[in-house]
Amino acid sequence: MEFIYYFGDVFSPVSFALLLVGTIGGLILGATPGLSPTMAVALLIPFTFQLEAAQGLILLGAAYTSTVAGGAVSAILLKIPGAPANIATTLDGHTMAKKGDGAKALQLSFLSSAVGGVFGVLLLIFLTPLLAKWALAFGPSHLFWLAILGVTVIGSLDSSSVVKGLLSGCIGLWLATIGFDDIMGAQRFIFHPSLGGGINIIAALIGLFAIPQVLTMFAKGRQASGAEVIEVKKHSVLDATKEMLRWPRALTIGTITGSIIGLIPGVGGQIAGLVAYDQTRKFSKHREKFGTGHPEGVIAAEAANNAMVGPSLVPLLTLSIPGSPTAAVLLGGLLIHGIFPGSDLFDNHPDVAWTFINSMLIGQILMCVFGLYVAGMAARVAQVPQSIMAAVVLVLSVFGAYSVQSSMGDVYVMACLGVMMYFLERFGFSAAPLVLGLILGPIAEANFIQGSMIANATDGMGVYFLGGTLNLFLIAVVVASIAYSVWMEVRVQKLVARGEAKS
Amino acid sequence: MKKLILGAALALTGLASSLAAESYPERPIMMMVSYGAGGATDFQARIVTMTAGNEDALGMPIAIINKPGAGGRVGWNWFASQADADGYTLAAYNVPHFIAQSIKGGVQYSTDSFEPIANWGADPAVFVVGADSPFNSMADVIDYAKANPGKLTFSGAGLFVGHHIAALQIEKAAGVKMAYIPTKGGGSAAMKAVVAGEVLGGVNNLSDAYRAASNGSVKILGVADLERSEFLPDVPTMMEQGLDVDNSSVNFRGIMVPKGTPQEVIDKLAADVPKMFENKRVASKMSAGGSPMHIMTRAEVQEMWAARQATLEELLKGL
Repeated sequence: MEFIYYFGDVFSPVSFALLLVGTIGGLILGATPGLSPTMAVALLIPFTFQLEAAQGLILLGAAYTSTVAGGAVSAILLKIPGAPANIATTLDGHTMAKKGDGAKALQLSFLSSAVGGVFGVLLLIFLTPLLAKWALAFGPSHLFWLAILGVTVIGSLDSSSVVKGLLSGCIGLWLATIGFDDIMGAQRFIFHPSLGGGINIIAALIGLFAIPQVLTMFAKGRQASGAEVIEVKKHSVLDATKEMLRWPRALTIGTITGSIIGLIPGVGGQIAGLVAYDQTRKFSKHREKFGTGHPEGVIAAEAANNAMVGPSLVPLLTLSIPGSPTAAVLLGGLLIHGIFPGSDLFDNHPDVAWTFINSMLIGQILMCVFGLYVAGMAARVAQVPQSIMAAVVLVLSVFGAYSVQSSMGDVYVMACLGVMMYFLERFGFSAAPLVLGLILGPIAEANFIQGSMIANATDGMGVYFLGGTLNLFLIAVVVASIAYSVWMEVRVQKLVARGEAKS
Repeated sequence: MKKLILGAALALTGLASSLAAESYPERPIMMMVSYGAGGATDFQARIVTMTAGNEDALGMPIAIINKPGAGGRVGWNWFASQADADGYTLAAYNVPHFIAQSIKGGVQYSTDSFEPIANWGADPAVFVVGADSPFNSMADVIDYAKANPGKLTFSGAGLFVGHHIAALQIEKAAGVKMAYIPTKGGGSAAMKAVVAGEVLGGVNNLSDAYRAASNGSVKILGVADLERSEFLPDVPTMMEQGLDVDNSSVNFRGIMVPKGTPQEVIDKLAADVPKMFENKRVASKMSAGGSPMHIMTRAEVQEMWAARQATLEELLKGL
């Protein structure tokens, strides 16, 4: 309960002003394509040089929470996921925006972000020691099985058929092998110098999601100029709250999945949204509505990606080991003031630690308030004529891909992948499983190689990868997930067959 | 009158060309860091360049650009092949990383592609074990490795980086075979493997290990450097423990420019940059973060690069 004692510090004038600046700035940075939460926090680090430790961290913490939520804005309105965390949000969010329900989608996304986010930070406050043990429990073999679990999601994610979903996933897995291999340093498929570092995930995201959409808009822009003016429906915040509470299952599954997955070092943030989306769909009674602008999809994805924020800091704050790139940047923000995360932070600088954590709690709420305020206005983006919209999205895409590491190479990669995806989409393939393959490939590969090196030196592969409770549990979940997909597929086919027999 | 103006103009242009080097730098300078934002190299690069805009330093700010990927290869490839050699594009180097990578091959750079300016830091590799490990000295580790050849697993941040070099040197010095496990995700992933007990030990950066040890999650058994570190006065060096391991694996960080940069610019940078590193504010921020400073001039760095090239060629032969 120590944290309550330090709540006052958050509301001192300077701190609160910084919290506001961090939150509003974070929302804007998060909504800018290409600026991932990690980049946004890194951009703010120099400003914290001049501030006191606690104040600097308030700025960084607020920016972290609100950039994650801000990414939903471009995901919903422009179909450009700002970061891997927002991929799942595009699936239903953008469809809603296209139907004129952009305001509703944004309101739902901010409200569920706040619910997930507050839950995540509360976990951080109350269960840190327990969570730290949990975070450390995942070794290479477990992370490998976790990645395989992710692969099983691929087949059922946003595709017209399981086979096409798996094929998209395979393309993603192949794309992930491009570049220098991270462990051995071997060169693979580097047919252009700009591919040396592999395919940058942010650039790929922008290309795969935004470019096909731009091409489609250009393609039909001529004949339908101005014909397709979308009426943006007004939607009150009260209705949005009611709507969110109508789907408690999505909110719960999203929040819990996000918190658990966010904790796992090196994996969490990127796949929390997608896994939560998939799980919610599997448990939902309206399974078939997912992908067509169903509120549950937005709620689950956004609750998950903000729930991940709090737990993702556990390994950093307790063990001084950053579990994610964003945590690594925050570590820099602490070190610059001579504060070592871990016992030093909580024992010798409790004011800094708790003010930081409290500010993330207040930051979630402020983020939600500001998000709801802009939601109505931002949704009008949908009224912009398609030809202009296409140009704007294209400019933002190029800007976003370039800004990741100031490199034209990333822009080329983005453009090539985008054009490829445009044609693939016409054959019923979709971007989400492809991106999931791109994210999971390196995780599965690196952990398999590392695990097999440890296994060969110790107990042997069989014991290392198949022994132990956690391994067996994860394998069981993988099997269950595949069985469930197969069962659903068979059932759908039976239903179709019966329907045909009747008619 | 005309003659006077012409004369003045001539004098001015003459003056301008000779001033080109003297007036350097005229605009902000860019510095490429080949590791991601938030990493140790990036963090230190930002601190040591924060006073660049001061009058007593370069008089122009230095902006950091990150080009991470493939253990630094992406950034250094870019720097060797595409960066402008005009003095406005600097880069941070990590020795022995880039030298080891160039010996291993598959990259577009070697020590001949770059001109060192000055060195700011030296982060030695240390050997760490979990806090509850039965090992209490390097002798314990070596004894175990001798009794169980190839079975002692220890982590480090990838192949052909300082940690790997230290691992090779330890194995060579003790004449044992151990299982070096390279991790993806830098020193922090390697440290996590040690803390979580996935491996029996690990090689890591002194700065990160110092933090983890003060947190009580690891024990530091030895420093792979010529002298003990001021941060860890109680931890003996490898040499004190009878292992012939020199400072070849120490992660030296500094600033370099591409080959072909004008000599006057190099001279100017080589004179001013070490002074910039000596700034008191820089030193206090660096020591607060547990980052050991080690300022070396251009001549000293050239000598160090050449020495490293020779040692590493020998060590990596046959790998």
